[in-house]
This record gives sequence, C-alpha cells and structure tokens, in this order.
Amino acid sequence: MTRADAILEVDALERRFDVSAPWLNRLLENKPRRVLRAVDGVDFQIERGKTLALVGESGCGKSTIAKLVTGLHPPSDGAIRFHGDRDRVQMIFQDPYASLNPRWRVGRIIAEPLRTLRPETTDAEAEARVAELLGIVGLSPTDAVKYPHAFSGGQRQRISIARALAGEPEFLVCDEPTSALDVSVQAQVLNLMKRLQREFGLTYLFISHDLSVVRHMADEIAVMYLGRIVEMQPTADLFANPLHPYTRMLLDTIPDLERPNRNRSPMRGEVPSPIAPPPGCSFHPRCPLANDRCRTERPSRTEHVMGGRVACFAAEEGRI
Amino acid sequence: MTDTVLDVRDLRVEFPTRRGVLTALDGVSLSIRRGEILGVVGESGAGKSMTGMAILGLLEPPGRIAGGEIHLSGDRIDTLSESEMEQVRGRRIGAIFQDPLTSLNPLFRVGDQLIETIRLHTDLTRDQAGQRALGLLREVGIPAPEDRMNSFPHQFSGGMRQRVVIALALCAEPELIVADEPTTALDVSIQAQITALLRQLCTERGTAVMLVTHDMGVIAETADRVAVMYAGRLVETGPVDDVVRRPQHPYTAGLMGSIPGLRSDVEELSMIPGSMPRLDAIPPGCAFNPRCDKAGPRCRREAPRITGEGAACWLAMEGSTA
Repeated sequence: MTRADAILEVDALERRFDVSAPWLNRLLENKPRRVLRAVDGVDFQIERGKTLALVGESGCGKSTIAKLVTGLHPPSDGAIRFHGDRDRVQMIFQDPYASLNPRWRVGRIIAEPLRTLRPETTDAEAEARVAELLGIVGLSPTDAVKYPHAFSGGQRQRISIARALAGEPEFLVCDEPTSALDVSVQAQVLNLMKRLQREFGLTYLFISHDLSVVRHMADEIAVMYLGRIVEMQPTADLFANPLHPYTRMLLDTIPDLERPNRNRSPMRGEVPSPIAPPPGCSFHPRCPLANDRCRTERPSRTEHVMGGRVACFAAEEGRI
Repeated sequence: MTDTVLDVRDLRVEFPTRRGVLTALDGVSLSIRRGEILGVVGESGAGKSMTGMAILGLLEPPGRIAGGEIHLSGDRIDTLSESEMEQVRGRRIGAIFQDPLTSLNPLFRVGDQLIETIRLHTDLTRDQAGQRALGLLREVGIPAPEDRMNSFPHQFSGGMRQRVVIALALCAEPELIVADEPTTALDVSIQAQITALLRQLCTERGTAVMLVTHDMGVIAETADRVAVMYAGRLVETGPVDDVVRRPQHPYTAGLMGSIPGLRSDVEELSMIPGSMPRLDAIPPGCAFNPRCDKAGPRCRREAPRITGEGAACWLAMEGSTA
C-alpha cells in the first residue's frame, strides 16, 4: 500500500542490537549470543503535513525508530523511503539540557544547520535569520548572544525548535519533546509546535509515552509494544474505539480529571524483557483474552472490519 | 483526641545566601487526617518537595525553618534535635522518593534490608522481623515473596523496586508517609498500580499520606484533598473534586486548562503567560499577580493568605481586587 501523498514510508523495518556478553566470557562460560530486537518488523506511512504519533512504554522501540528515521542508526533490515529532500529532516530531543552545546552562544547553535545547509551564507545573513527564528519561537533576538544556561527548560526547548527550523525542514522527528517540562510550559511548547506546523506545512513524527499529549497533537496514532506496532488508527477513532487489548489498557491508565477517584482495575504485570520476548503474541502474558493460539502464533497487523489496523487474534476473531 | 496526624502551621523556610535571605516557603499551612491522602501539587520550584523535606527534617543546609510549627499527632516536631528527629523518621514518618534505587542499598538482599529496618525501630527478634518483612512484601504485591527476600535490588524491575521501597517505609507502621513523586520514574501502566497500592494501604492501615507530585492526573486519581503551591506559597486547598472541577484560584484554573487531552476538540491549549518567578524575584503582594489577568491594585500590594481550605486570591476571598 502506497499513499500518493506520503512523505515517509517505512517497510518491514528491523533494528537488532547485539547484547551478547564479551567474546571471552561467551567462550569460557559457554554463553550464547544474545540479540535484542528493538524494532521488529514495523511499517507505516506519514502523509505530508500530518502528525503520526508513536506511543508506548519504555523499551517498546519508539525512540529507536526516531534514530532510524533520522539516520542516527542504520536499519538492520527493511526500508525507509523518504519522498522529499533528505537534508530537510530535523530532530527535537527530549532533554533540552543535554541537546544544546553549553559552550556555544544560542546564535551559533541556531545558525549551525543553516551553515551546513547553505555554506555560502554570510555572517550578516545568518545573524538576520537567527533573529527571525528567535522571534518565530517566541524569544527575543537579543537572546542570540546568551549561553544556554541562561534559559529555563521551556525556553531551551524553544531554542531546539528554532535550531530545527533553521534547517528549513519538511519533516521533524520529535522524541518526547515536552516530557521534561512542566505542564504549563508544555502547553506553550505544544501550541508553538501546532502553529509552526500550520504555518510551514511541517510533517511530524511525534514520539511520546503520554497519551493525553498525543491525543492533542496527532492525526494518527501507532501503539507500540515490544518493538512492534500493535495497532494503528486515526486519533479520534483510536480513542473512541480502541481495538487492541493493550491499547484499551493504556487508555484506561489516563487519569480522568473529570471523574476523580474513579475505581478502575490497574493493568496487570509489566513489560517483559525485549531480549527474551514471550512466544506468540508478545502481549499474551498480560492479556485477559489470550488463548492457546495467542500463546503460540504471532498475529500480524490486518485491516479490521471496524477500520484501523490491529495485530490481535481476539480482535480478528471477534472475541473482544 | 483528634484524628489529625499532620498539622503544619504557617511554615516558613529560608535560605541565607551571600546576596540576602531567600524565602523558599512562606506561610504554608496544611493538615492531614488519619487515612487521608493529601496531594501537594505544583510546578518545578513551587516548593512542594521542600515542604516534604521540612516535615521530614531533611532540609539541605543552609536551609532552615524560620517560622511556623509542625505537629505530628499533637507532638511538635520542628523543634526536635537531629538525634530526636532520627527517632521520628522511619518510626513515625515513612518516606518514599522518586528514584527507588537511591532508597535501597544495592549490596544487600532486600529481605535483610527490611529485617534490619524493622529491628531498628521495634523490639522484634530476627525471626519475627523476618515474618513481618515477608508479610510486608506480600502486602505490597510482590509475587513469590519467599523467593524475593533473597534477591538484590537490581534483580527487581522499576515498579517492583518502588513496591519494595513502600514496604520499607511501612516497616515501623508509621502514622504518616511522605511520598515525593513516587510514580514519576515509572511507566504509565505501572504508575496506576503504585497509586492503587498507596490508596489501598492508606485505607486499610489508616496511614496519613502526603503525596507530592507535579502530575495533576495522579492527584485526581489518588488524593482525597489537594494543596496547590506556587512560588513557595499555598494558592489553593480543598477536596480534590472541587479543586479539579471548579478551581477558584486563577493559577489553578490556568494549570488545569494547560493539561492536554481533557477535551479532544481544542486546537489551542490555554496558556499561562510567562513563567514562575525565581525565589529572589518574587513580586510584592500576590506572587502570581504579574501573570494574572484579573489582578487589581490590592493584589500588587498585599499577599492573600489561607490557613484552612479555599483559594489565596483576593477575588475569590473578598470578591474584589481593588
């Protein structure tokens, strides 16, 4: 399936990491090689100008996908096809304290992608562009001469966004861009990101563990569990009609501020180690609907009668 | 005899620095009853953890309590000496922190850590303490507790480690537990398990819990009452239903509006302009006045205070800011 207006297509993407003990230990203690499948056969497309969100808990592979898409890791298998200018992909990271060089002035940080993209840029042009970008993200042009330590977390994330915009991106990979921020600051940054998307026609791959944030930002949501996408639906449909039992459980963990102190059953168990995932459907040990088929056979993502794509035998067989 | 476990009155914490004295907490008054969970919520730097640390007697020097009183079941504890306070901590007040690894010794088996803590605070023999440790692990929901007694902390997952820390806090059957961001380091599905456990323990044992967190969702799910803090001051206190659904203070209302996902159809989240002032730049009058669109002359002149429930806002208290 190829969408005509897809900006990014990912097919059967796999990324394996060798986490074996050192060679000598393997030899002496007779330990086998161990392979962690961080991303295990993932496919999705993103339409130009839209936001696809990847959600899931720690270790589900969502940040690895971000690194694969931006080329920070090569894929072990599968294909990433980008229908656009490969140079126009930028990334915003989670930690605004670690992602800005503390020894560089903000002006130099923001001008860096500009100088890489267009080496012919003069200093005066760069300076003017930096001032313009600072204005776009709601900072003052005079902030260009300051160092990152002079800024709060939210302001630093604005600087990261200005730096990403300096590369004139079409496509932005945002890995948990607001999870280090306070809620009121998070609201400021999320509003800024939505405005920039409208103004510049940006496409976002938005990675987050926070379903409320994702609901606000995304057009489509892919739910990940242990390296695979278990369900993918347009945002409103996913919240109205979640198909996978894992999605249902995740939705149930969102605290409901309208109905405080409601009674609910917390999700059972924990995410298993990705080094030794359970056989069959990897969610079966925590799933209330698991049967023998789920314990042995691995479901693949199929079109559901209700729309959306889900990898679950219970949903496929109508047991849910 | 009342059932008030914790009673904090007009607490003031100061940090003397070279450039003058910083007031980190100003006029904070709280109380928690038996079996009640009080959520203390606020953004980074609002003073919520500082309040917990002051109650535990663990303020980092040069921080000091400069005014007010802290009472635990009727006994004043803010005037106790360091060695007397050591007796209170662990025995009468349990503490749970964000990172379970810092509360556990990586070199000792979990069972031994529990037994040692129990024996430190009670007269039980080693065998009796072992039985109680086993019971505690079972109570906090550790599967196969007999086997897990012999495990080291690194052999537990994050959620299970936090359960062990809760068991550790319960060792001496304290009257009060101060839980500082106990679920922040955990995944959402595990978060819900831990908050459910805290609620259950609080109900069954009648322990009073002070739950410090930045996460309004956790508060709404877990707490009975909530205290909202801003710039080292209390801005609003009340039953969780009232504060969440009908916030009286403009800051609380702004905070609620900035949480995404409540209404899926909003294009823009409501924003509070600006950011919280630093401790050395708290404006006169109400600390929130420069960011408040309802502020009047009185707000810039006089600081509103609450001692019981309600909102520290001239508009909410007197209907006028003039």
